[in-house]
Amino acid sequence: MRTTLRTRRAPSRTETAFEAAVSAFLWAFRIVLVLIVVVGSVITISSGKFTLETWVDLVVKGAVQGGIYALIALGYTMVYGIMRMINFAHGEVFMIGIFSGYFAAEILDELGILNANVVASLFSFLLMMAIAACVSTLVALAVERVAYRPLRNSPRLVLLISAIGASFFLQYTVAGLVGPGIFRYPTIDILEEKVGLPVISALGMSWIQVVVIVSALVMMAVLYLFVMRSKIGTAIRAVSEDKQTAALMGIDVNRAIVTTFAVGAAMAGAAGVLYGLLFGQVQFYTGFIPGIKAFTAAVLGGIGNIPGAMVGGFVLGEAESIGSLLIIDGLGVPGSGQLKDVIAFTILVMVLMFRPQGILGERLSRSRA
Amino acid sequence: MSTAAAVSGRSEGLERRLGAWKPVLIAGLLAGFVSLYVTLVGIVGTFQEREIVEDVVTVGEAVLVLTAVLAGYVGARRAPGGVLNAIVGSALVGLMAGAALSLLIILGPMVDLRAYLPNASPDLYELISGAELLGVEDARDMWRGEAFPITFWFPALVGMSLGALGGLLALLPRTPRVLILVSVAAIVGMGLFSSILRSPMLQRDATAGIARELFASNGLTITGVVLILGIVIAVYLVHRLVQPTRRFRALPRETQRHPAIVIPAGALALLIVLLLPLGFTGFIPSVIALIALYALMGLGLNITLGMAGLLDLGFVAFFAVGAYTTALLTSTGELGIAQWPFFVAIPFAMLVAMGFGILLGLPILGIRGDYLAIATLGFGEIISILARSDLLKETIGGPRGILNVPKPLASVGVDIPPDHFLAGPNQIYYISLICIAVIAFIAVRLRDSRLGRAWVAIREDEDVAEALGINLVQTKSLAYMLGAAFAGLGGAVFAALFGSIISSSINLNVSILIVTIVVIGGMGSIPGVVLGAIVIIGLPELFREFAEYRFLLYGIALILVMHWRPEGLLPSRVGREALYHEEQTMEGEPSGPPPPDPADIEPATSSSGGA
Repeated sequence: MRTTLRTRRAPSRTETAFEAAVSAFLWAFRIVLVLIVVVGSVITISSGKFTLETWVDLVVKGAVQGGIYALIALGYTMVYGIMRMINFAHGEVFMIGIFSGYFAAEILDELGILNANVVASLFSFLLMMAIAACVSTLVALAVERVAYRPLRNSPRLVLLISAIGASFFLQYTVAGLVGPGIFRYPTIDILEEKVGLPVISALGMSWIQVVVIVSALVMMAVLYLFVMRSKIGTAIRAVSEDKQTAALMGIDVNRAIVTTFAVGAAMAGAAGVLYGLLFGQVQFYTGFIPGIKAFTAAVLGGIGNIPGAMVGGFVLGEAESIGSLLIIDGLGVPGSGQLKDVIAFTILVMVLMFRPQGILGERLSRSRA
Repeated sequence: MSTAAAVSGRSEGLERRLGAWKPVLIAGLLAGFVSLYVTLVGIVGTFQEREIVEDVVTVGEAVLVLTAVLAGYVGARRAPGGVLNAIVGSALVGLMAGAALSLLIILGPMVDLRAYLPNASPDLYELISGAELLGVEDARDMWRGEAFPITFWFPALVGMSLGALGGLLALLPRTPRVLILVSVAAIVGMGLFSSILRSPMLQRDATAGIARELFASNGLTITGVVLILGIVIAVYLVHRLVQPTRRFRALPRETQRHPAIVIPAGALALLIVLLLPLGFTGFIPSVIALIALYALMGLGLNITLGMAGLLDLGFVAFFAVGAYTTALLTSTGELGIAQWPFFVAIPFAMLVAMGFGILLGLPILGIRGDYLAIATLGFGEIISILARSDLLKETIGGPRGILNVPKPLASVGVDIPPDHFLAGPNQIYYISLICIAVIAFIAVRLRDSRLGRAWVAIREDEDVAEALGINLVQTKSLAYMLGAAFAGLGGAVFAALFGSIISSSINLNVSILIVTIVVIGGMGSIPGVVLGAIVIIGLPELFREFAEYRFLLYGIALILVMHWRPEGLLPSRVGREALYHEEQTMEGEPSGPPPPDPADIEPATSSSGGA
């Protein structure tokens, strides 16, 4: 049974010329893509233009970027699992997390705490994460209350358009409140230093990179345990499975949905601080592209699936990081770095076309798609 | 025992009475939030520049005043029954709306809010504390000096009185209330339009005197306000006494549609549309041309989104293809390759866009619902990244773009003197009008055709449509292709209107704008899309102060429209029916009465525990 997001072709009819043409076209499409990837990689590798260090560096960067994608993707995947909607505003919730961390850091810096000593720095870092997670959660809950809850019974198109509206509202609210300029993130000096530990120092990683990967993994593990073990986690899973039956079993559906939004937003807010520390700047527009890419990661890993979001995030991060050099540069395209984003979006379209259930995705029944 | 019961009974009664005020308090908190929001997000400050009535009230002040009045209105509605309760409730909500600003006045300077929120400037404090009205000279001492208690209480007290005013408004009978609301709306609207109406009137001797009477250099004059009030009352009286609309509606249908009525009305409408840009000078004709261009693109998306129900967020991709193809083919600059006449390039641009539509559409049209939106969004981003990239810089100019795209008539060798009425954006306007007519004709014919009904069927329920023997991918790709072709047409006209196409014009906002136009106007409705273009494109272009907040306002508008009128402002008949039955269709669930929201079902445990 191939019941997936794609519509099945009606089984018995003889294929019309049109359908034959479509399937021939799709095959040609796949072959061309595979050729592009293979030829590009072979040329790059055989040319030996890049050293091993470059590749290691790219892998590290990809993993770090992937960790952030994974954290954002969790919010998408959980909300999609429970409400069957793409929470378009999630990227903006992430952006608000970056800004909250920024303001917290500015204040801590003014008070002279941010870089006072190791303990104070660590404390500041955790405080920034906590504040960002709280603010993001509040915003996400407000969005859920105002833009999604009243429309829960509406057609999905209505909900999606409302989500797009919420996304633009949040983006330009931030632009109006703090101004449209680019804000330079304060640095936590100890996090910028290179790691001196035996294995990691060979990779040339800085502390912040280690922190991003480790905290992504830890948060994901905690979330997984929360969803699988806790009572409300069980409720969330039950509601994802079947809202009405869950309600009849005495589960508070509203509470499960609100918790889902809250948890996803907290992860996005924390990811925001990591992003800010990593890339050092933020603007009101910053959340949008990472948001779409994180959605790509969620789809890539299998939507509705928490380990899937993690796998999807890391795979996407690596594909972006390595792919632009490996494939695009190999084909002799100028400015391969500019086309980094094209890889992510191409992957999105490819996954939706050819494996909509994602890497780890279970078969989605028709009603769930 | 009995006293205890009585006490608990009394406290329960008190609790219940307080509980009845809870909605009022919530409304008050929301009102406070809204008044803080509009000030801190900068709307009030920005709109301070423009006056509605000269030297009396600015748009920024009007926003605050209307917030408080509306808050009071809501408060009166939410208060428990009784006139007194309504007044108290409205005053309370108004007070909370104002008190939020009072808090801002005292806390803002204390924590140096301006370092983080640049809109919290001294100018803003001066405005909300009523420094000018109260005659406080030195703004710097306003918060600490002798004037402080007054300036601190000012917003709260003003908010309370305005709130009470809103409450009175809610208590009025319907007729005077509507009359007041219409008058206020008319004054605000005319105040906003005054500068636009004034400049063309001043240029003609016959109207210059009237213009000076009615409009000041910024906003209305008092005479103007009185005149508007007079007109509103006159129109109301005529309406009340003669009742033209009710009489017209009472006529039999055949009479309403009689050629003797339809033909003159249609001719008049056509005449107005044709002569519209000729009455204006300055930047207005180009705004009108822009509205027509976006209406044209909206109609293109209307086929994909409105008729076939495919949410296409990658409109900009085909727009870009059309614009760049036209620019390459017609440009007389260094990047132009053919210097074709515009009218030959247009069909070609549409064909290329359509080809891209097939190329991109076929792989993804099997995907359902919201995944399609994300996939098309991805396409839009890919194309805009490519437009900016070094890869295509040689061909399409990257950030510098393709320049010297000639105006359509110039490209076929017709030389137009610069003062001719077809010289500027007007020729684009007329070309857009022709395109709109053609697309509208095609759309109407398609809607009633077999294909159009197949689209509606797919929009309603893919599974049923497939079971009825409709080839999904084929039918969908036809809709997608047509939408792409019209997007390409829009891009072509866009390039001609601006005389160039640069990569920064190719961004997601184009797609969002067009989706907003179609959704707010009414999915599937041709007049709706035209109205949508007028509202969405026209208003921000006419009021430059709005431009900064246009996407903020669109975001709010999208949410509100989805709340209250998901079928759009001017819905089509079919679309309205469709939306109310779409629940089953998009979910792919079996048809039947919509299931109750599980969230509305009380959880079994809590309902039993409550007793």
